[in-house]
Amino acid sequence: MKSAIVVFPGTNRERDVAIALHRATGKRPGTLWHRETELPAGTDLVILPGGFSHGDYLRCGAMAAHSPIMPAIRAFADQGGHVLGICNGFQVLTEAQILPGALLRNAALRFLSQDCHLRVERAGTAYTRHYQKGQVFRAPMAHGDGNYNADQATLDLLEGEDRVAFRYVTPEGETATSANPNGSARSIAGVYSANHRVLGLMPHPEDLVDPLMGGTDGAPLFAGLVEALAA
Amino acid sequence: MKIVVTVMLKDGVLDPQGRAIGHALGNLGFAGLNEVRAGKVIELDLAETDPARARQFGEDMARKLLANTVIESFRVDLPTP
Repeated sequence: MKSAIVVFPGTNRERDVAIALHRATGKRPGTLWHRETELPAGTDLVILPGGFSHGDYLRCGAMAAHSPIMPAIRAFADQGGHVLGICNGFQVLTEAQILPGALLRNAALRFLSQDCHLRVERAGTAYTRHYQKGQVFRAPMAHGDGNYNADQATLDLLEGEDRVAFRYVTPEGETATSANPNGSARSIAGVYSANHRVLGLMPHPEDLVDPLMGGTDGAPLFAGLVEALAA
Repeated sequence: MKIVVTVMLKDGVLDPQGRAIGHALGNLGFAGLNEVRAGKVIELDLAETDPARARQFGEDMARKLLANTVIESFRVDLPTP
């Protein structure tokens, strides 16, 4: 599997994702500067990692969504390519309108750096083949603007097309206001594109892939991805 | 000529920042605040001198970058010099 990690000015989680992919594949993934205009030939997976691209100026991800590399990523997604946007990467994908909705300031206005629990809402995608539907796993979160928002029609569409990837839940797997720290609509933590190949999520599964990190809850996501995309 | 683009969260979209400002103003003794909404003001100085074209330019820029029309509305004003 050949993956490309896109780096914008202010991206800071590219190494975290590289470690997670290296552990899963045994190969170091390539990184790609945002001013490139083409993806490396044979790319199977594009990752937009977390960080604060362009200092979060104007809106999180707004400037990055218009970077020179973005038309190539849009075309890659349109052709059925797999794109994973984590945290700021999710914000970039919504700003680029590759994924629907928007990420607003956390409802309580505070930057949240803590663990959360995610429930797998859709099994069997390239990202969730090693999880069961309804399975709960732990993931760290670190963001100030993770409050997922879309109009009711869009939210209904996402539910109807099984495009809600993960929801914030209690450790027991129940949705609750107390378990939805950033105030996201319908506790949504991650969403898919219509073909379930583009995934955006706010929490960081890549930061829980080694016992030394405090757990391996995020490892199945990368293991499944590698398996799904290994040609 | 100068144009001013004002970007606000759409009605119905929760504005926690505006709410926090409202709380703080209440703590300072300013009573009777029904609602406070916070937005952004962006001033642009354009080479364009035709007001209609300048306004159109501003709207294009707002739609493309300055506002996220999923959650925000915008207004373009041409201040009288």
